[in-house]
Amino acid sequence: MPVSSSQVATDKRLVLGCGALVYELVELTQQNAELKQKIDLHCLPAHLHNTPQFIAREVDLFLLEHAHKYQDIFVAYADCGSAGDLDKVLAKHNAQRLPGAHCYEFFAGAPVYESMLDEELGSFFLTDYLVQFFERIVMQGLGLNDYPELRDMYFKHYTRLIYLAQTENPELQDLAKQQAKQLGLRYEYRFVGKQGLNPVIDFPSGKSLANQKIAVEVQYDPT
Amino acid sequence: MSDQDDFELSELDDKELVEQIQDDLYDGLQDEVYEGVEILLSRDWDANNVLGDALVGGMKVVGEDFRDGILFVPEVLKSAGAMKSGMELLRPILSQSSVDLSLGKFVIGTVKGDIHDIGKNLVGMMLEGAGFEVIDLGINTDVDEYLGALDEHKPVIMGMSALLTTTMPYMGVVIEEMDKRGMRNDFHVMCGGAPLNQEFADAIGADAYGRDAARSSEMAQTYAEAAKVA
Repeated sequence: MPVSSSQVATDKRLVLGCGALVYELVELTQQNAELKQKIDLHCLPAHLHNTPQFIAREVDLFLLEHAHKYQDIFVAYADCGSAGDLDKVLAKHNAQRLPGAHCYEFFAGAPVYESMLDEELGSFFLTDYLVQFFERIVMQGLGLNDYPELRDMYFKHYTRLIYLAQTENPELQDLAKQQAKQLGLRYEYRFVGKQGLNPVIDFPSGKSLANQKIAVEVQYDPT
Repeated sequence: MSDQDDFELSELDDKELVEQIQDDLYDGLQDEVYEGVEILLSRDWDANNVLGDALVGGMKVVGEDFRDGILFVPEVLKSAGAMKSGMELLRPILSQSSVDLSLGKFVIGTVKGDIHDIGKNLVGMMLEGAGFEVIDLGINTDVDEYLGALDEHKPVIMGMSALLTTTMPYMGVVIEEMDKRGMRNDFHVMCGGAPLNQEFADAIGADAYGRDAARSSEMAQTYAEAAKVA
């Protein structure tokens, strides 16, 4: 959903998101006519997930071109491995972002995410998008199709794959199980829902435009 | 990088062969790098020169192109594998060399909470190539392990690595603890890892920031050579 360069300043919110969140962001921001009217959504390519050093630059390039058209800008990324560079870009454009270090963290919630890592440091996470596009983002993105021998280099210290699911989808769960097997990892499933994205539709006025915010209590019992 | 028809490496003169080894290393061709190194050694090349000119020289280009976004991790790992194959031939010769070319010990580890060691291993390989005795503490290294290794090995340099933005602040914890124990000034501390930058290194009080494996190795070498003379 590209932003038209002919637009003039607007009271709409620009949401600039990670391509790996595109389905959830479309669902969230297009859930009713008022939100559709209020939000312009644009996503950057999902493959930036594998090259986090370029995220801040890409966000900056987009905002340099479009930020002047909006008074309200929300970037649907966490820090995502940018090591603070994204925050510097956001400060420049007076924009805000999702909390935390990674999408895994804002999806699961910081306490749950941290407890999973405390429990087992070698935890590799997938989301719905990453399960669905595992072949492109993980296998091709990490070069594992071309160089299968790299699998053990990348994953030798990982012990389990945790599928942090946004939807309860048996087909994706089956896929994730196979993917864990492909990577030589133990499989675990945690339904965490999409509530971590709610800040995208929280407006400064405090007025909620959502029919219903996505609210799922994340349950996690490490035992 | 290379796109030539098949040819015999042994038909190349020394200069061409060094360039070809660098190209093959860039392309991650283990067998070809091994063969190239073997040929240079058979031509009575000094093992140190083979290492410096062909392997380290080649990895320097790889490191630069990785930094510039031309190469990505899979390609760098293939190149590292190719370097390793060349090192298999050179390591026994270098270790038996009568001339002490050692730059001293380098203690290296991935910080606590972080299990990523690909970058650290690349740096370790480059350091070994440059002439350091590398003491690798592995992953998830806590402050006591770092400081214990400093006591035990008395290295010229200690290096810390992290891939995660959530774990990189631990480097500051280690440096603070060194300071508390009065040992900060006894060791040169380097840090590196994908999310780091010079600003971060300055903020935690590290002596140097290595932006990539090749640069880290160069910086370590420069420091160790100067320390040796001093």
